[in-house]
Amino acid sequence: MSLTATLPAANAAAQTNGEPLNYLNNGHGIRSWLLTKDHKRIAILYLISVSIFFVIGGIFALLVRINLLSPNGLFEPDTYNRIFTAHGIVMVFFFLVPAVPAILGNFLLPIMIGAKDMAFPKINLLSWYCYIIGAAFALTALVAGGVDTGWTFYTPYSTTYSNSNVLLTGIGIFIVGFSSILTGINFIVTVHTMRAPGMTWFRLPLFVWAHYATALVIMLGTPVLAITVALMALERIAHVGIFDPALGGDPVLFQHMFWFYSHPAVYIMVLPAMGVVSELIANMSRKRIFGYKIVAMSSLAIAVFGFLVWGHHLFVATQSVYLGIIFSFLSYVVAIPSAIKVFNWTATLFKGSISFDTPMLYGLGFIGLFLIGGMTGLFTAALGLDVHITDTYFVVAHFHYVMVGGSLMGFLGGMHLWWGKITGRMYPESWARAAMVIQFIGFNLTFFPQFLLGYLGMPRRYASYPPEFQVLHVLSTAGATILGIGLLITIIYFIWSLKKGQRAPANPWGAAGLEWHTSSPPPTENFLVAPVVTWEAYDFTQTEPKAQ
Amino acid sequence: MSEHIVPKKTYYIIFFALMAGTALTVAAAFVNLHNFNIVVALLIAGAKAFLVVMFFMHVKYSTKLTKLWVAVGFIWLFILLAVTMTDYLTRAWLTYKP
Repeated sequence: MSLTATLPAANAAAQTNGEPLNYLNNGHGIRSWLLTKDHKRIAILYLISVSIFFVIGGIFALLVRINLLSPNGLFEPDTYNRIFTAHGIVMVFFFLVPAVPAILGNFLLPIMIGAKDMAFPKINLLSWYCYIIGAAFALTALVAGGVDTGWTFYTPYSTTYSNSNVLLTGIGIFIVGFSSILTGINFIVTVHTMRAPGMTWFRLPLFVWAHYATALVIMLGTPVLAITVALMALERIAHVGIFDPALGGDPVLFQHMFWFYSHPAVYIMVLPAMGVVSELIANMSRKRIFGYKIVAMSSLAIAVFGFLVWGHHLFVATQSVYLGIIFSFLSYVVAIPSAIKVFNWTATLFKGSISFDTPMLYGLGFIGLFLIGGMTGLFTAALGLDVHITDTYFVVAHFHYVMVGGSLMGFLGGMHLWWGKITGRMYPESWARAAMVIQFIGFNLTFFPQFLLGYLGMPRRYASYPPEFQVLHVLSTAGATILGIGLLITIIYFIWSLKKGQRAPANPWGAAGLEWHTSSPPPTENFLVAPVVTWEAYDFTQTEPKAQ
Repeated sequence: MSEHIVPKKTYYIIFFALMAGTALTVAAAFVNLHNFNIVVALLIAGAKAFLVVMFFMHVKYSTKLTKLWVAVGFIWLFILLAVTMTDYLTRAWLTYKP
């Protein structure tokens, strides 16, 4: 009998001896969690902390929408500035960037390649502590009155004029950046050095390819954010003239440096979610992803080209028009690998054995919403049209379609697909489907009116607006409420399922991939018998279809 | 590899090369080369950084993959600096005044 055939049986055998030993019950007490070097437990630590920030960021989002119910606003303009800044900073740096890689990536990447753990388990834990320390700074700043610069910290306002907690927040972001870098190092080294025998590069699940590409972006981009924040602090504290024209600096230089990180950061947020969607689509249609290699390579192409488009944020910032033309062209180019993914996912569905379980609903939701987010990105990449829509709600709607419609859908889809694997319990399917549909409706109702608002001229970050925009703003707030309710339902049934959910079998979906060859939840060492891979990625002949 | 033992002599040579580079930088600052003063200073600094990375940071004795990563890091830094400077260089090239 081959090793591959004995693997599932041997890994399942541990469950027959009473209480199955797994990573969750292998060690008790707070110390066993806070000093853990197990990538799965670190993923759980991230899940809890990132979820808390998601709720905080969500509350600020609702405050923004409540303010915009009436043309004159509910809050003072200065308070409103702090609210939308808090929403942006919390969601970008403390939720979207770490969500998929630090939770699902941490948990799944070693298992998917047949490894026992990450290459550097202690560095992995250090990354979580960096996150917590950075978060502590940001939360302190928030409690102390917040920041009013917007999440983009544009100079010279942030360095010279703002009276809010810019430094404290900047330090938090600086530190949390190292959390990303440490995770990125681990992903790259783990994929290079820890793959199981037979797990060649082109047998890697696309989830792993996407995370590898993301790690490249993290490693090459995040240090620039750290430098930019440090220079901003230097100018604010010591009045060294770098960005402020009054001191001999140039504010556009800040924008160049900020967006050199922050545009690729969009890919840090969405690439891992694309990896999740590849798994969702393949497993829920029981088909190998159409054009596997080109989808894998498109992740790398996004990682590389994503670094060459930052200037499209500066079209109206006195940037050279010649450079603008090049950035505009390159911004169109970066849409190609994203489009390749969308076409290939759609082609995968063709003649697939499709099931419409919740993970698939999120996968399809991602494709539809990311399509709108991506296509409206072409509007903003157009040098002429962008002049009209820069800093309007059109841009707000565009990036929420990418961030929420893309990253959040991918994250939630992944959480549903692997919830049984992570917790050992299944979520209630009918509630989950209903919540997904509610979120989908709520999301579109929130952000589609914002495209119209933006095109009509509603600027972003304004606390008040002319009365003729009120109908669309009220629709948007109603949508946000529905979206909030949908998300709340998901949080509630996930927590409920921890105690009451059905026990998850090793492979509840009939899915392909090494993570389904070990028990749910997996043992601390991931596999009781070291796997030897003799099959290609997404080989569904290795698995039985999902039991009906 | 990290196990590679570098003879002390190599370290001394690199150290003195770095000191010589520093002296050269100071000396070049006293020569009026107009716009090229900064170019010369940066070239010397770049050469010194190269020595530090190759010998003190052991990249010379590392795997090809490590060398590739180091190269990619510097290429990315170059992209950031070069493209940003292209903005400053070409801003004034407009043939009309907006």
